[in-house]
Amino acid sequence: MSVLDKLLPEFFIKVDRDLCIKCGQCVNNCGFSALLQDKDKNVKPIHEKCVACQRCMFVCPTRAIQIMKFPGTQKHNDYWNPEYISNIKKQANTGGILLTAAGTDKLHPIIFDRLFLDACQVTNPSIDPLREPMEIISYLGEKPIDIAIEFKDNSYILKNKLKPNIKLSSPIIFAAMSYGAISLNAHKSLARAARECGILMNTGEGGLHKDLYEYADNIIVQVASGRFGVDPDYLKRAAAIEIKVGQGAKPGIGGHLPGYKVDDEVSSTRMIPKGTDALSPAPHHDIYSIEDLAQLITSLKEATDYSKPVGVKIAAVHNVAAIASGVARADADYIVIDGFRGGTGAAPTMIRDHIGIPIELAIAAVDDRLRKEKIRNKVSIVAAGGIRHAADMTKILALGADFVTIGTASLIAMGCTLCQKCYTGNCSWGIATQRPDLVDRLNPDEVSKKLVNLIRGWSLELKEIMGALGINAIESLIGNRERLRALELSKETLDVLGVKPAGR
Amino acid sequence: MIPALEHIPSGCAAAGIMNKSGIRISGDAIMDMMSVMHSRSNGLGGGFAAYGIYPETPDNYCLHIMFDTESAKREVDSLIEENFIVERQERIPTKIINEIKDPPLLWRYFVLPKPEKLVAKNMHADDFVVKLVMLVNTRIPGSYVNSSGKNMGVFKGVGYPEDIGRFFMLEKYGAYIWTAHGRFPTNTPGWWAGAHPFSILDWTVVHNGEISSYGINKRFLETYGYECVLLTDTEVIAYTFDLLVRKHGLPLDIACNVVASKFWKDIELMPEEEKRLHTALRMTYGNLLLNGPFAIIVATNNYMMGLNDRIKLRPLVYGKKGEFSYLASEESSIRKVEGNLDDVYSLVAGKPLKVEVNKDVCA
Repeated sequence: MSVLDKLLPEFFIKVDRDLCIKCGQCVNNCGFSALLQDKDKNVKPIHEKCVACQRCMFVCPTRAIQIMKFPGTQKHNDYWNPEYISNIKKQANTGGILLTAAGTDKLHPIIFDRLFLDACQVTNPSIDPLREPMEIISYLGEKPIDIAIEFKDNSYILKNKLKPNIKLSSPIIFAAMSYGAISLNAHKSLARAARECGILMNTGEGGLHKDLYEYADNIIVQVASGRFGVDPDYLKRAAAIEIKVGQGAKPGIGGHLPGYKVDDEVSSTRMIPKGTDALSPAPHHDIYSIEDLAQLITSLKEATDYSKPVGVKIAAVHNVAAIASGVARADADYIVIDGFRGGTGAAPTMIRDHIGIPIELAIAAVDDRLRKEKIRNKVSIVAAGGIRHAADMTKILALGADFVTIGTASLIAMGCTLCQKCYTGNCSWGIATQRPDLVDRLNPDEVSKKLVNLIRGWSLELKEIMGALGINAIESLIGNRERLRALELSKETLDVLGVKPAGR
Repeated sequence: MIPALEHIPSGCAAAGIMNKSGIRISGDAIMDMMSVMHSRSNGLGGGFAAYGIYPETPDNYCLHIMFDTESAKREVDSLIEENFIVERQERIPTKIINEIKDPPLLWRYFVLPKPEKLVAKNMHADDFVVKLVMLVNTRIPGSYVNSSGKNMGVFKGVGYPEDIGRFFMLEKYGAYIWTAHGRFPTNTPGWWAGAHPFSILDWTVVHNGEISSYGINKRFLETYGYECVLLTDTEVIAYTFDLLVRKHGLPLDIACNVVASKFWKDIELMPEEEKRLHTALRMTYGNLLLNGPFAIIVATNNYMMGLNDRIKLRPLVYGKKGEFSYLASEESSIRKVEGNLDDVYSLVAGKPLKVEVNKDVCA
């Protein structure tokens, strides 16, 4: 190997010899084989293999391990930062596309952090959620544009026939993450937590494992271009069906599950041969127009006797409002808009970091457009991509979303440390892997409780914020941009957001 | 004075009187009711709605319009002339009093839409009038429609309500329903068009409170063609009732269940059919839930209705004496004009109290 081929490690593993008791826990736990033991049981780091997943640090009983940035340095350059230089060297070695996982980590402007929520003061009392009802129940699906009532036998009778809707106890959905990209134990944890919380989890495009059948009432099944796992039974074993057209981390890019992740279980669940690559192209090869999408929506509704909502997931792109309008008119019952901070198991780095638009702008634009066209009641709007905490969730609801999905946040609750190496299949935490030894580390009993706690915590915080805003029903928060003010955003951005600057 | 009993002047004052047989009474009584609640206002807004005041032209829409400038009036005049048959138009009579300063031009027009315009636009007369109101309020700067109903009118401005009443000489009018408001403005500075009542067609609303859901109420109404430009949250309440009751044909009590909806925990306990209805109402009109504190008095030619928010954050008292019904922010206000009430009680959170005039009154 020429010196030109060599890359410096990104991380440096420091083992404190005085603290190390040579128990080998760190070595056993490293899914990336970045730690070895010699014949004397001394721990030997292989810095090049470390991804900073931190599993070794968490399991070390004596806190003998530290992971740090590799201490070597280069001459400072604000334009050619070390990552870009390293990327060039990698591509000079391989001639390939740079891959990465999770959402973009670039310092693009974060609109969420420039938005501030309101609080009641003297003229309008805040509401104490501990003493007063605070309602965050939400319904996913198409609503009527008006209500028709008949007065009969001394009581009112509803004349409308309502379209199928799903009742959620909190406006949160676990984002689409496929079985294959994440482990079965991760899926089980999500499904169990969704049921306990009265919310939904999304299978992603990986099909529905038979162990999840019992959670059907809390599951959205996805129909992606690969049609993995899709048959009439699959469609019927869910509360809702979602057509995946795009995703925020890689708009215009399809999925690729490498063959080494396709074991017996993934193979049978996805209905593909074991060991083959699962390719789901960006285009559905039966959808080349909005009319084609409408036909697929109708087909899925026909296949399920019009008994459940059918949604469409699209990435937040430049013309997202017009696209969403088309999707609503194609008779989708809900639309997921996935912002450019959305996560993924694997994406071309350049796509992930440079395509798409922030979810805040996309939601504001879509909500505006659907209201202007008087079709807002036709669809629920689901915001996805980079929701980090309950305040982000509240802000995006105030901008016009009915629901949020959380992917990365739920993974972090499960143990993910955002090392961004999902695509290697070596996730030391047992989440983004199919290696049996790693998958076993994730205990659905334990992890589902973490997820339940997360949903509970966010829901409580949502209620607290609503109380501060002086509202006690989530219907009064959704699209209520009067409750937001912005700091240091341009006039154009404020115009799209429909939010006033702070101080006005 | 014992500190705990010290009076803290705050909040708006709302009041209403109705005679169910249609006996028209002068504005003195409602001005008396408002004067008792003087300290609930701060001189930056007062107003009255009166029903049955134009019995000589009961079938004409009467447009009460205020203008900041002569040129605004000229623009509105030409718009009205183009679209309406004008039965009569005149300056709204007022008198000079020291307390009311710098009033705008106040004009009223008794009109009917030109039949050919209705045919050309394929519109009902009410919708045509609503469209005109939106057009004037949004497109002609310095002009604001205060009321647009039949045989009724709104009189409002910047000042204490009892002074506004004297300014408009309300003692000379006879009405079978009066509602009134004294404003303690917080959202916007006191301005003439920002005073209550807010109205559209026959609907008038006076309101004590602050609507936290205003932002989404406004955006929801805009999708149905209502443009909320008067900068005050009460405007959305008037439009909400017009949309739900007149346009969508919901019974008033059902409309009240939209703006002060039942809690999910209560819906859960309802019989199946009722549960379906209330679930559908919240799913469909959730954005019209009025959140935040409110006590409102809604009136039309046919009834007067009081309603509180669903956790009862503002006061509203009902009193009854014979054929007279009263609503007010304070019981003292009712007692001022009727000391010997047959019945008096506070309204229950989220539960409307509607008193109707006899059928022949507005026939």
